Amino acid sequence: MDLFPMTATKIESRRRGQQLVGPIDLTLGGQGITVVIGPNGAGKTTLLQLLHGTARLSSGKIEWACSTEEARHHQAFVFQRPVMLRRTVLENLIYPLRLRGVTKPNAEERAREWAGRVGLTPMLARTATVLSGGEQQKLALVRALICEPKLLFLDEPCAALDGRAIREIEEILQRARASGTRMLLSTHDLGQARRLADDVLFLLGGRVHEAAPANVFFHGPETAQARAFLRGDIVE
Amino acid sequence: MKRLIAGVIAAMAINGSAQAADVMRMAVTTSFNNSGLADVLLPEIAKDLDLEVQLLVVGTGQAIKLGQAGDVDAILVHSLKAEEAFVEGGYGTHRTEVMYNDFVFIGPQDDPARISDADAATSALAAIAEAKASFVSRGDDSGTHKKELSLWQGAGLNPAEFGDWYNAVGAGMGAALNTASGMPAYIMSDRASWLNFGNKGDLALLYAGDPVLFNQYAYLPVNPEMHGHVKNDLALKLEGWLTSDRAKALINDYKINGETLFVFNANDKE
Amino acid sequence: MVDIWSGITQAFWLVLSLDFELVEIAGRSLYVTLTALVIACLIALPLAALVAVKRFRARRAVIAVMNALMGLPPVVVGLIVYVVLSRSGPLGVFGLLFTPAAMIVAQVIIIVPLIASIAHQSIRDLWQEYHDLLISMNVTQTQKVKTLLWDSRRALLTAALAGFGRGIGEVGAIMIVGGNIDHATRVLTTAIALETGKGEFALALALGFILIGLAVAVNLAIHWLGQTEREGRW
Repeated sequence: MDLFPMTATKIESRRRGQQLVGPIDLTLGGQGITVVIGPNGAGKTTLLQLLHGTARLSSGKIEWACSTEEARHHQAFVFQRPVMLRRTVLENLIYPLRLRGVTKPNAEERAREWAGRVGLTPMLARTATVLSGGEQQKLALVRALICEPKLLFLDEPCAALDGRAIREIEEILQRARASGTRMLLSTHDLGQARRLADDVLFLLGGRVHEAAPANVFFHGPETAQARAFLRGDIVE
Repeated sequence: MKRLIAGVIAAMAINGSAQAADVMRMAVTTSFNNSGLADVLLPEIAKDLDLEVQLLVVGTGQAIKLGQAGDVDAILVHSLKAEEAFVEGGYGTHRTEVMYNDFVFIGPQDDPARISDADAATSALAAIAEAKASFVSRGDDSGTHKKELSLWQGAGLNPAEFGDWYNAVGAGMGAALNTASGMPAYIMSDRASWLNFGNKGDLALLYAGDPVLFNQYAYLPVNPEMHGHVKNDLALKLEGWLTSDRAKALINDYKINGETLFVFNANDKE
Repeated sequence: MVDIWSGITQAFWLVLSLDFELVEIAGRSLYVTLTALVIACLIALPLAALVAVKRFRARRAVIAVMNALMGLPPVVVGLIVYVVLSRSGPLGVFGLLFTPAAMIVAQVIIIVPLIASIAHQSIRDLWQEYHDLLISMNVTQTQKVKTLLWDSRRALLTAALAGFGRGIGEVGAIMIVGGNIDHATRVLTTAIALETGKGEFALALALGFILIGLAVAVNLAIHWLGQTEREGRW
């Protein structure tokens, strides 16, 4: 059951006459972490939502190696602000498994295992809503990974976190990459982009301004705007 | 402990079932119920006939309606015209007189309209109208209300033209007495309800005895041809009991504070 | 004032002596209202959840009507149920009039809009919160409703208790459809109306205090059974 390659052809998203994103042509292979960067309002979040299927395409199409329905089943999304279910940490973790019909004892066992890997074990019985921002985002990430998705979207996952939390999250992402999870991550943090990216999509004004493997992009971007962006200038 | 409470709640939720073998429903007027006679008769009926009579206590108008709709098996009311219409319309099979009590005039102890000196019921009402003293009327199309209206008519007066001193409350006997007690005001009540009333306040019985104030109760079984489901056999069984010597003894012996309330007169006309 | 004090003392003795008539009437009050509450919740809660999450054209109208029905005069409901259940009415064949069943029907009709409206608002708010996550997880409509209902349970309990309060204190509708028949359909509220009508104010007050006490006891029991206010559980 393979999702990839994914091909997006001339996809666009328009709202109230305004062009939010597109037209964009894009192909995703099955390996590594693609980081999406660009100034605010460039359409990073919208692009991720379009590819995931939670935002509607105004035109264009997205094709997977399998059916779209199958593809949706093997994806997960981590939001900028984590959405916690008003339940305990353990119950949050088993939720996606229970949705798929995993029995409660099996789900709880898997949840405890994952929680142990990321240091969430002491919090398992606590209500998720009382956790700190970093812990909540870790929980959201693990909840996304627990079903072993083939493709994981992350929309600026560390935007509101402190250094220690960021490091812990990135560790989890590195391990996930190592076990073969494909990831599409948008970020504001150029340092994070450098640390995590296998390849880079630079968005500007809703379009892909430049796309390149990470080492190529960070050492010598082709376009002037990319260079300016890397320098830290304001790019419009 | 949790389970104990849950158990108690569950136990309380379970209803006791009827003890008697047969059950029938009868609509009776508030004046009959307030007299307390029902509390004496019903247990005896259950004992003698193994019959549970469920009483719906409503005004005469609603009792007639219930009989017409077939929601009860028999009615016991005190309004001759309405009863005759009921039988005429085919809703009831026949009408059987059972007993009578009387109406009395109640009012504030200081009697501003001086009705205790009146020589007739109609004069008493005329005096009240003349003095424009506060008066409470049932106003609910009940037997008592219809009686009151006929008396005003007998005095040559029209309640529709009365001023604010005339208060039609549209309620049962007890509620109307409450209102009269609170005002205080004059009111016409059946003797039984008055004697049994618990909130007399400043009120007293001021006038009684005029034969026109006699109040005849009659029993009418609902016509099974009109409503096939009514328990006509039980209704007839009850009628037999209500006109028997047993009932005669119980009714004539029923007293409040030494006063007899009802006079048994079934079979008088036969 | 004397009445209130003698009402309190009468209430005390009635309860202490477990007066048989009192137990019968109080038990029937609880039976009617608790049964109505369970049935009403089974109708109102899924209804509230569906209206909260499903988009359909008449949604705004449905919500407005649901809210407006909270103000339905109970006595009007009683009249309508009476006419329908009367032997001369469309559902007369069932012979339900003047039985506790008719009272339960009337109370269900009265409290469903109340429970549904309160529940709907909480579920709607929670749905706003969970929306992105649940859509992303591809939940079915049923799973969506179940998740929202479970996670809103505290607010739903409040809604249910509001319905209970409305029901246990109701007198107009059940007087009409029940008939206040002694040993058959008499409950605390109709007994209070009856005793008041007889001028027996002290007894009526006593029954009133007992009714209040009963309502408080039920609320406490439900909170205890559900272990609310226990840290970390609810």
